[in-house]
Amino acid sequence: MSLDTKAVAHIATLARIRVPEQDLAGLAKELNGIMTWVEQLNEVDTTGVEPMTGVEQRGLPQRPDVVNDGAMPDKILANAPEPAHGFFTVPKVVE
Amino acid sequence: MSELTHLTMAAALEGLKAKKFSSRELTDAYLAAMEKHRDLNAYITETPDKARAMADAADQRRAKSEANGLMDGLPIGIKDLFCTDGVLTTAGSHILDGFKPTYESTVTTNLWRHGAVMLGKLNLDEFAMGSSNETSYHGPVINPWKRKNSDVKLVPGGSSGGSAAAVAARLAMAATGTDTGGSIRQPCAFTGTTGIKPTYGRCSRWGIVAFASSLDQAGPMARSVEDCAIMLSAMAGHDPKDSTSVDVAVPDFRKALTGDIRGLKVGIPKEYRLDGLSPEIAKLWDEGVAWLKAAGAEIKEISLPHTKYALPTYYIIAPAEASSNLARYDGVRFGLRVPGKTLDEMYELTREAGFGKEVKRRVMIGTYVLSAGYYDAYYLKAQRLRALIARDFTEAFKDIDVVLTPSTPSAAFGAGEQSDDPIAMYLNDVFTVTVNLAGLPGISVPAGLDSQGLPLGLQLIGRAFDEETLFRVGQVVEKSANFTAVPAGY
Repeated sequence: MSLDTKAVAHIATLARIRVPEQDLAGLAKELNGIMTWVEQLNEVDTTGVEPMTGVEQRGLPQRPDVVNDGAMPDKILANAPEPAHGFFTVPKVVE
Repeated sequence: MSELTHLTMAAALEGLKAKKFSSRELTDAYLAAMEKHRDLNAYITETPDKARAMADAADQRRAKSEANGLMDGLPIGIKDLFCTDGVLTTAGSHILDGFKPTYESTVTTNLWRHGAVMLGKLNLDEFAMGSSNETSYHGPVINPWKRKNSDVKLVPGGSSGGSAAAVAARLAMAATGTDTGGSIRQPCAFTGTTGIKPTYGRCSRWGIVAFASSLDQAGPMARSVEDCAIMLSAMAGHDPKDSTSVDVAVPDFRKALTGDIRGLKVGIPKEYRLDGLSPEIAKLWDEGVAWLKAAGAEIKEISLPHTKYALPTYYIIAPAEASSNLARYDGVRFGLRVPGKTLDEMYELTREAGFGKEVKRRVMIGTYVLSAGYYDAYYLKAQRLRALIARDFTEAFKDIDVVLTPSTPSAAFGAGEQSDDPIAMYLNDVFTVTVNLAGLPGISVPAGLDSQGLPLGLQLIGRAFDEETLFRVGQVVEKSANFTAVPAGY
């Protein structure tokens, strides 16, 4: 499985990272190097092995379904790049 | 004042108690050392005013006999991955420019409750992704250690490189670190310091900038096993705000330091004896075995057959989780924003400008292995391997109590020496990464110097929530090694 520049451009779009055209070939080479190296996992037969999503837990804890935090809009917006009228702002999405 | 900066935390607590010096004097000594050694670039942000105010408060508590915390009056540094209320928190990234959290991480909250004093925020690899502290937007950290008769600048390891350099150079009494694949233990080994990655779930991750959530864990970095024991007791504990933090009692870890390891079974994994392992590291490992045997432990060879697959497994799972976690840096709610004509363009330009090379590489690998058509082949495959790696340890721990390995495959290397080859850099974590995948605790203890005069560490791996055994055995290694070397000039 080898990634060409078109595939890398697609991954960059999915990741929402702009990659200049002239950098695609170099990046493809790097990513291919890493992906070739991880291919060695295919040496291991994992038939019937359950995927481990995380360290074994004793079941997720539960709490009453009530509001227990909030009412701090100033704190939430304190680090926003361009807040306005108590909201985050983004470029116009709907014409 | 330099004597004050050479005390361990345990010794400083005695001194404070006996009124030989005040927390303010101790803190001022550290602030002076920090100013003198800014060339190491260990701190991103120094907080001298906050430090003095916290030290004065500690002295007042002591005067009223109210200094009840485990670390009352002890000045420490905080890895700049922990959110600190009102204090710049960068994660070593351009994308968090100007970010001052309006809340405090649980781990730092616990430390302040125990009376610790904050000296500042410590440099790190960007988003904790790196093994040399060369990926920080705020510049590389320099290791205070140098090779004999050489002026070559060495890396302190990473990602907790600022923490390790600061503790080694006496610019902090101890520091917090985080460890996702070796980010506490590898820099500790490179700087002659001691650090423990606790069991997954021992410390709350709330308020720590997330890298790979199923692997990240905070831990102490200090200058002795006892200091790590004190600090972990202060940091750890259940937190309802982190659903993966486990509700188990936090022992007084110092009580585990009995020195008695008679009859303890120590496993030596044969798969860790890599082809081409440096003879110096192999020799140190053999010495470690001899020390534990002399202290009455029983040595057993064990097998962890899936060890060689741990790094490639990690380099699927960690980037996958990172690509998801780092989706939040989009220029909308905090940090850097690069304007764009459309929302997507703003996201793309912000992330292009805000993320460094290694972070972009990992986010893209993660995006790829999670994308439609590749998820099963890569991500699920890696999760199955992870299960096998964890099972190797479960099987091994049926016959043994603790595992002894080297901490790293080499001593500290020169700046720039490995940064061109990502896989060579990843190999730094070959002995540490299995521990994160299995969720177990691991401690690195300085055990000797190589022929070039650089520190080397030994690692102990324990059962889940059995940090006590690690501290007990770690202290035996520490005493046997009698590691007293200090980097020249500090």
